[in-house]
Amino acid sequence: MPSLKDLRNRIASVKATQKITKAMQMVAAAKLRRAQSAAEAARPYAERMETVLASLAAGVAGDGAPRLIAGTGSDKVHLLVVCTAERGLCGAFNSSIARLARDKALALKAEGKTVKIICVGKKGYDILRRQFERDIIELIDLRSFKQVGYVNAETIAQNVLARFDAGEFDVATLFFSKFRSVISQIPTAQRIIPAEIPAGTQTSDSVYEYEPDEGEILDVLLPRNLTVQVLRALLENAASEQGARMSAMDSATRNAGEMIKKQTQLYNRSRQAMITKELIEIISGAEAL
Amino acid sequence: MATFKFELVSPENILFSGEVVSVIVPSVEGEMTILAGHVPIVAALKPGIVLAQTGPGNGKEFFVGGGIVEVNQTALTILAEQARFIEDVDNDVLDAEILTAETRLAAAPNEDEQRRLQELLIQLQEFKGVFQQRKAA
Repeated sequence: MPSLKDLRNRIASVKATQKITKAMQMVAAAKLRRAQSAAEAARPYAERMETVLASLAAGVAGDGAPRLIAGTGSDKVHLLVVCTAERGLCGAFNSSIARLARDKALALKAEGKTVKIICVGKKGYDILRRQFERDIIELIDLRSFKQVGYVNAETIAQNVLARFDAGEFDVATLFFSKFRSVISQIPTAQRIIPAEIPAGTQTSDSVYEYEPDEGEILDVLLPRNLTVQVLRALLENAASEQGARMSAMDSATRNAGEMIKKQTQLYNRSRQAMITKELIEIISGAEAL
Repeated sequence: MATFKFELVSPENILFSGEVVSVIVPSVEGEMTILAGHVPIVAALKPGIVLAQTGPGNGKEFFVGGGIVEVNQTALTILAEQARFIEDVDNDVLDAEILTAETRLAAAPNEDEQRRLQELLIQLQEFKGVFQQRKAA
């Protein structure tokens, strides 16, 4: 049976924790709003890019297609770009992305393929490091950036492209968490090299003229498309992270509240029991006289 | 006057979306004015000023740092990786652009990339000159 003092201390500490989780929830809510609007603002660009690219790619299919669309012709070496958060305390956000990446890596290894991993964000690295220490080729740290932007995406995309040009891998897949709502974030794997081009958007009336020619525009557009895909992943991730943190902290606050209620009840009960006991002692003492 | 839909989209936001009479874009092969009913075209852009005419004597100017313009039957879309309202552009912004291009040129991995960045750098410097003249005028 804990003493009254113990109980008081325990209640005080849970209350302090509750205050912290409550504050974190509110901060996450504010950040979520910003991250969400950033993610939404980036969507039109990505969509338009996709349509332009689709109509362009339809024209150059075949042998002459650039390597970013056609691939290298083999799929021996896979590059996994795993985007996670830099910080924890956001529910299952980091671990669900890492789990998806791990399953994919294990499946590829079982097929006898080589796997290389680039981690964007420290948390994913911490999780994957235990199992794939030797496969992780780089950790990209975004902690110093308050808000991820086009520049960050560009650096990552350049990095991936440089490795592709150097022939370090054949297929690249991007892992991130799609933001559905505050309570639902979907870990997603997306193939970025060779690019997944949605087919069938070519309509009869959109026969474009090109200036300069198709090939040259495509050469410029494909790397940029990669950047846009990475940017989208980063922005979706940022929104997902805040959403996950918000709901995690919300339930933490609620749990703390419940705990306080129980402990307070226990405290009151044992205090009353003590008083009753003392009263009985006094009365029976008086009666004995 | 015949109008058509014009959208200026950057990765971070949509700068302009609405009906316009004409749009002047800085394509890599020279400036190009696009009116309603223009033939479908996809063109690469160089750093420069986009002028959208919303009505007679009513225009809006934007700075784009390169990108791509797509014209189809009904709409014109500019995808620019860098876009600002012209009022938000000054020498500092351009200098910063030039500096990033220079640092990237120094770190360029292959010749193709080098050539492309070199071109970009020249275009940017050219534009800076034009911009200063404009300001003086």
